[in-house]
Amino acid sequence: MAQACPSSDPARAARGLNPVFGSILFPPGLGGVAAWNVEQPACFHDLNLDQVMASIASEYRDDELRPFFHTPCRDPRVIRYRHEIFADLEDDAISDLLSVFAESMRRAMRDLEYAKTLTYRSYQQIVVLDAINDYCRALHRLDDGLVAARPRSEGLRAFGAYIRAYLESAETHRLATEAEAIRTQLDGIRYATFIKRNRIIVRKYREESDYSARILGIFERFEHGAALRRPTRAADAWVNHIDAEILDLVARLFPKIFSRLGHYIVTNSGFFNPTVALFTRQLRFYQAYLRYIAPIRALGLAFCYPAVSISSKEFHCEQGFDLALAHQLAADKRRVVANDIRLTGTERILIVSGPNQGGKTTFARMFGQLHYLARLGCPLPGQAARIFLCDRVFTHFERREEPANLRSKLEDDMLRIRDIYAVATPASVIVLNEIFNSTPWRDQIFLSREMLEATMRLDALALCVTFIEELAAPTANTVSMVAAVDPLDAAQRTFKVERRTAEGLAYAMSLAEKHGVSFARLARRLDERLAP
Amino acid sequence: MKALLMHRNRDADREPLPEDAGAQIADDLNLDTLFSAMAGNDRYLFETVRKIILTSVENDADTILYRQAVLQDCLANRDAIRQMYALAVEALERQRRDGFGMPSGRPGAMLSGAVRIVEIMCGILRRLRMEAAATAAHFTSEGLRRLCGTLQSELADDYFFTVARELDHLKFREGVLISAAPGRAGKGTGLILREPRRRDRNWLLGLVRPAGEQHTLHIDARDDAGWRAMSELRDQGLVLVADALRSSAEHIVDFFRALRFELSLYVGCINLAERLAGHPWTWPVPLADDAAGFSCRGLCNVCLALNMGQQVTGNDVDALGHPLVIITGANRGGKSTFLASVGQAQLMMQAGIFVMARAFSAPLRDTVCTHYVREEDATMRSGKFDEELGRMSDMVEQLGSRAMILFNESFSATNEREGSEVAHQIVSALLDHGALVLFVTHMYEFASGFRQNTGRTAAVFLRAERDDGGSRNFQLCQGEPLQTGFAQDLYRDILADTLSDSARRYRFRR
Repeated sequence: MAQACPSSDPARAARGLNPVFGSILFPPGLGGVAAWNVEQPACFHDLNLDQVMASIASEYRDDELRPFFHTPCRDPRVIRYRHEIFADLEDDAISDLLSVFAESMRRAMRDLEYAKTLTYRSYQQIVVLDAINDYCRALHRLDDGLVAARPRSEGLRAFGAYIRAYLESAETHRLATEAEAIRTQLDGIRYATFIKRNRIIVRKYREESDYSARILGIFERFEHGAALRRPTRAADAWVNHIDAEILDLVARLFPKIFSRLGHYIVTNSGFFNPTVALFTRQLRFYQAYLRYIAPIRALGLAFCYPAVSISSKEFHCEQGFDLALAHQLAADKRRVVANDIRLTGTERILIVSGPNQGGKTTFARMFGQLHYLARLGCPLPGQAARIFLCDRVFTHFERREEPANLRSKLEDDMLRIRDIYAVATPASVIVLNEIFNSTPWRDQIFLSREMLEATMRLDALALCVTFIEELAAPTANTVSMVAAVDPLDAAQRTFKVERRTAEGLAYAMSLAEKHGVSFARLARRLDERLAP
Repeated sequence: MKALLMHRNRDADREPLPEDAGAQIADDLNLDTLFSAMAGNDRYLFETVRKIILTSVENDADTILYRQAVLQDCLANRDAIRQMYALAVEALERQRRDGFGMPSGRPGAMLSGAVRIVEIMCGILRRLRMEAAATAAHFTSEGLRRLCGTLQSELADDYFFTVARELDHLKFREGVLISAAPGRAGKGTGLILREPRRRDRNWLLGLVRPAGEQHTLHIDARDDAGWRAMSELRDQGLVLVADALRSSAEHIVDFFRALRFELSLYVGCINLAERLAGHPWTWPVPLADDAAGFSCRGLCNVCLALNMGQQVTGNDVDALGHPLVIITGANRGGKSTFLASVGQAQLMMQAGIFVMARAFSAPLRDTVCTHYVREEDATMRSGKFDEELGRMSDMVEQLGSRAMILFNESFSATNEREGSEVAHQIVSALLDHGALVLFVTHMYEFASGFRQNTGRTAAVFLRAERDDGGSRNFQLCQGEPLQTGFAQDLYRDILADTLSDSARRYRFRR
């Protein structure tokens, strides 16, 4: 789906013409994208962003929302533009105002689509009339609301100005007043239907009296204290074909009003402002993401607007966490464990090691997610962050062995790595999770070292999860982090920064002891087993 | 239309009394016997008279006299009153059986259900009016005269004719006329069922040509969706009138409920009078508020009379101006019986009915309480004396400024000196606060402690008598407390022989 966003024209403003509004996703002048990506990025699956996306999109139709999340940016001005709008939407007044507005617009759009399917003319025309009235009223409410709420973001302020000018234009004014006038006339019609056996006779109402009132009057003498109630029942709002046929007959009884209606509808068929329609669709990006993170926020976990840069690769994140895991745990009212990471100066590569179940994969995912989501302009998990806007996030996570193809797992791994490094640039981010662990120890060390060298030469940001302690030797470019305890134990930090290897070894020995495979224990066990 | 037989100016409060309300006093004064006699097998009547009598302290003198007048009429016209009560019962029974149909059902069904009920109720209303008309001339009380007048004026023949005609139209044989305006998406809104004008009726019956423009929609016999839509439209028009008629039907039924309630006391009294035939009864005289004490001649215990069947002798007591009556004397000598009879009479007077006496007069009370001896506390949480004091304390929470309190052997579950002191203090305090206290006691010190009271707190002393033959009657006479309770009589009657027998038997065993 290709969609060019209309760009704003400073020349227009100079000529005193009404403001043009471009998009709620891009600041004016930054045009937008040539095309929105329908396909999901390759890194989504490994980073569990596909789960995030599925959850976000579960309420909306596929083609509307996903492309927004599949198309990240690199321009810090776009990121900041979006941050400001997210920040405005943290104000409940603005958020509610826009939700209500968007819902009204969507309903009007749905009604118009529905009207296109109708064959009964008067019915179709009234549906469109009602949609136009809803549309005008919603715009006025939004206008009033934005004036009162005073948003701070450039985007919402510009949209507010645009709406105001639009509403004040002669054309829109005519559209709204005529719609209201016709509706008032329709409301004033009174007709009567007489129903007997299989006939319905429709004629003008001739001041016949209210039958129910008369019945109540007859039995009034038995009234005892509480007044006889006159309950009103909500009628079924759905219009059936009998209603529509009756309406057509009513139209014949009141030809002047209905011809005015007909003429109006025909003249104004293209009334819906495309900029407003676009705004409504694009607003969903913000609403959907905020709705997704709401339950996580409710548990006290923080989200922040990171400082972003396309030049500096400094990275730090305070109390960051895996978004997908956090959302899943939030369903059970549990908090995910948060961590701090920092890469400064020439540091580029995080080596993450430690025991199983230590949360290393989660940690790796977080690193990848943060770099991707930052490029969408979304608020990120954490209390504060500073992030480099990469050009792409590459991931290599453990895959199932593919029995269909004839290559070995090692070959597969290498091919995939090759594909990454063939296109990776210094501005890329690479996340490697336990690579080459289907080969003997020595080969693993050799291959991994080669890869690390290549990555350092590339100067790309990377995170590598490995069992190979030797890789964790500190250099100018690498930082070693070791998983400490079960990340589901909320009381403890998951990772601590290690800059020595010696301790890593002691830790490994005690693990072996625990599993009964230290030398002494294993020897004793075997003695006992194999004793003759 | 109101029955207004219980109060001159307002409907009676029909809210049922909770089961345990007044259980204590009913027990102590043996009131269930009274209620049963009034109600017979009618469970509703039992509950109703129970409520009316237990809440009688809320009535004022005007209400009492109003009801006495009505009751006089009722006793003089028993069949008519019973018949009116029976009609109310019949109406409620029909409603219970046939019902109104489901309130959430289709308006069409609801309407025909309501039409049916209204037709039935009108039939019974008509019979009620005729019954009232036949007896009206014999009534002299304001309440019944007014009720008959209301029935005559509100339920005249032409009213029933109008109703029948309307109900007939509500069967909508000619079709349904509904007005509307085009609402959201053009669907008819603000539907109101309309009455066709007369000339339109003729048009609708096909007798004349239509005036004005009209267009007709025919629903094909095979168009199921169309038929459904048409009935829904019809239903939307009918719903208001169906609800209106249903409301009206409920109101008519409610009238019968009210009538039944308000006749209950009188029907109960008719039953009671028949059970007590041959015993004396009187219309009690409510005295002004500033009076104290009470006065009676030939006052009998209703329940005793009902249970024993034969004539019981009543008591004569003049305690007007005295806030305290102390009753002592022979054990089982009629003291409790008398105590209860005073409580019964007070409640019955305040309920507006007759009292079993040849004369009774007393000011109105705002509370009537009893404090009787109870069994040992089964939960063993408190000793008997402790329990009595606790109960006393609870009672204080209910007292008004003009209470009547009946004590029966209270505070004696300890040595006489302590008991007397406690009782003395309690009673003194109560007397200081406008209460009328009747106290049955064997505690001599307590009783004689009030001998020196004069003036406002002067006491009346009654004593259960003992014949020389050792037997007792239930009469009390005025007399100072004596130091003995004549336990000898009882001993001789009950215990003496057994003890001597047992001694004899075991003497030989040794």
